[in-house]
Amino acid sequence: MTELDEATTLTTQPAPVRPARRGELFGPIRLGWRQLTSMRTALLLLFLLALAAVPGGFLPQRKINPVRVNDYIRGHGALGRFMNRIGMFDVFSSVWFSAIYLLLFASLVGCLVPRTRLHARALLARPPKVPKTLKRLPVSESWSAPAAADEVLDGARATLRGWRVERRGTELSAEKGYLRETGNLVFHLSLVVLLVGLALNQFFGFKGTVLVVQGKGFSNTLAFYDNVQPGRRFDPSSLVPFTVNLKEFHATYASDGKALTFDADVAWSRPGSSAKRYDIRVNHPLQVGTAKTYLIGHGYAPHIVFRDVDGTVVGDSPVPCLPQDPQFLSTCVIKEASTKGTQFGFRGVFTPTTVTDATQRVGSSYPGPRNPALTLVAFTGDLGLDGGTPQSVYSLDTTAMKAVDNGTAHALLPGQTWRLPDGASLTYVDTPEWATFQVTQDPSRWVVLLAAVGIVGGLLLSLFVRRRRVWVRAGEGQDGTTTVEVGGLSRTDPERFASEFAFLVSEMRDACRTKA
Amino acid sequence: MPDKGLGQLGDGLLFTAVVVYALAMLGFAGEQATSRARRTVTSVRAASQVLVGSGPPVTVPTETVTVLKPSRAGQVAFLLTCAGWVIHLASIVLRGFAAHRVPWGNMYEFSSAVAFVAVTAFLGMVVRGRIERSLGAFVMVPVVLYLGLASSLLYTAAGPLVPALHSYWIKIHVAAAILASGSFLLSGVVALLYLLRSRYDDGGRVFPISLGASLPTAAALDRMSYAVIAFAFPVWTFAIIAGAIWAESAWGRYWGWDPKETWSFITWVLYAGYLHARATAGWKGRKAAWVAVAAAGALIVDYYVVNIFVVGLHSYA
Repeated sequence: MTELDEATTLTTQPAPVRPARRGELFGPIRLGWRQLTSMRTALLLLFLLALAAVPGGFLPQRKINPVRVNDYIRGHGALGRFMNRIGMFDVFSSVWFSAIYLLLFASLVGCLVPRTRLHARALLARPPKVPKTLKRLPVSESWSAPAAADEVLDGARATLRGWRVERRGTELSAEKGYLRETGNLVFHLSLVVLLVGLALNQFFGFKGTVLVVQGKGFSNTLAFYDNVQPGRRFDPSSLVPFTVNLKEFHATYASDGKALTFDADVAWSRPGSSAKRYDIRVNHPLQVGTAKTYLIGHGYAPHIVFRDVDGTVVGDSPVPCLPQDPQFLSTCVIKEASTKGTQFGFRGVFTPTTVTDATQRVGSSYPGPRNPALTLVAFTGDLGLDGGTPQSVYSLDTTAMKAVDNGTAHALLPGQTWRLPDGASLTYVDTPEWATFQVTQDPSRWVVLLAAVGIVGGLLLSLFVRRRRVWVRAGEGQDGTTTVEVGGLSRTDPERFASEFAFLVSEMRDACRTKA
Repeated sequence: MPDKGLGQLGDGLLFTAVVVYALAMLGFAGEQATSRARRTVTSVRAASQVLVGSGPPVTVPTETVTVLKPSRAGQVAFLLTCAGWVIHLASIVLRGFAAHRVPWGNMYEFSSAVAFVAVTAFLGMVVRGRIERSLGAFVMVPVVLYLGLASSLLYTAAGPLVPALHSYWIKIHVAAAILASGSFLLSGVVALLYLLRSRYDDGGRVFPISLGASLPTAAALDRMSYAVIAFAFPVWTFAIIAGAIWAESAWGRYWGWDPKETWSFITWVLYAGYLHARATAGWKGRKAAWVAVAAAGALIVDYYVVNIFVVGLHSYA
């Protein structure tokens, strides 16, 4: 590096990759590492990362919506199956996506370490020596001052307040804006911290969802959840102990059916303490220790009473129905068995505000319960409950069953009873609502938040702080005057620096003039 | 309850603003077209390298400056843009009063706000002398398109918000997204103009490269585009982070690769790529500009395609 080169290097960007010398031990490895940590490779990996995320932005993803993924695969035959095999529906956990971001982060760390070292050195070092020819710098000025060199330099030093100034003989070197590179390093380091935080969540986090009908509740233990997503190293004993009871769920809608508010009025308690009330809303989760309980869904659960021929109640419970459209037309499955062993299966729809079209199809015209009805088709035969294979309460397998009444649908209003051919009966009592809650424990949330703060803060510093250098040389002139030469350099926003430089120069000139 | 009369007045004002912007666009186009005819070379004593005027690379003798005679069409267009801006602002404020909430709760309102930011950024840069006003001919194209689409296909009457949006984060997250989107939109236009001008400098004379003749220098366009992106990128980063914090309280997770999140991520990565490309040998100039254009494209996908065609949690409108 020549002197001018050294003085004018304002970045810690790594030097271009040098080809390995012949016979150099580990040469190829070193070359590979240098290639990986070069800016060009990082750039390429960045573009690859964006490109790899594109299918995840267009295609349904299994983690978000498995039903739509299955529909898509079924609808696209061999192509769909091929896409499935190469991970198009699990983009963000696929091998190729992971490979790209891991390489990118390896490249980032490989770049970050030497740059941090260089920056630390620059922070401790004195501003570089004055280049021989200040005229070759982007901005420079020279004049003859009617004062001694010392006075000129003192004046210049006073002008450069806020700069790091170093005097060597009759020369001044000044530098400012070290925070630019500090910010740059903080930004990139925070990205690494972010990745670590996300990984910690993958390992120790927990997520469980549970459907609760009004009047019932759940405890934060694995057994209660309908669906759990524990981290790979998650320890069930780390679940915060508490219970939640859903006192009432309440939704309000605008006249066009658009949802206005959802409220889940719950009573919650930790073991050994009394219950407290809380209103869980969207944007208003319940926090107990590190566990947060969110309201993520709701629907209707018609209360069904099933009686035997002799009137014995064999089933008496709310049956959660799953909403299918914005007006809350919901599908229901009811499975009952009489004391004699006759098994009944019911499949149907619940409609909160029931309307029937010209073809007698039922529908719902409003999500609130203005005119609720339960329309059912009954089956009798083998429900398959004894086969030992676990089955969903939300689906009915009718392969070993026979339709009752030739499959004619029966519509029931609240309080009505359907008398089945063999004497059993089904009563639709009323319609409590249900809510689904998600409990999340994410011990690394703060790591991620901290990283986010570092990312924004570092970015602001690295984009808006300008690093610049100014040099002053005071030479002996004629008749006791001093020839002052000033030069400056900034890689960012040269226009703004030019006007800043002009201002500094005029200040310096004024400074010696007043002294004289 | 929403106030219908105020809402309709706001809609009417927005429509007026679109018409005024469209007229301004024509005026700026006139100024662009005649810029060569109005160019005069005046001899001045002042500094030597001041030539920032537009035009083909003519060897200008040192002590001269290219002076553009002011264009009447350009002056009128500039005043029209200012008037359109005031009307536009009034329509946004009325929306807020009509719906009793922040005026960016659906796609119609969001589009209007994004276009407003783009116009504001453009006017701000013109006033500060950082951009030539005649570029309005190009800047107004996406603005008019955005607003036109908003008032026709995406039109929504003033009304209340769905529960997921009941949060003060709508003020923070969406405002940041609007600010960044409007600025990115402007930078996308400038990056495209840079590409035209740089092709023109390399001898291209075919339409649309021929438009490069009356544009500012490639270096100036590059600087403008960078300045806008350097401003918008941290804002966009902040918008994504604020969105994640909001998602954590609304949906129970801060990041879930919802289509909107995925495309915001793609947009972010591409702009990060642009900032790196501009500092990497072999990527400066046209390649970097293409990255900026691609990033703006990802932003548009993130907005229109994701909201309208892809099923996700951000489908409010």
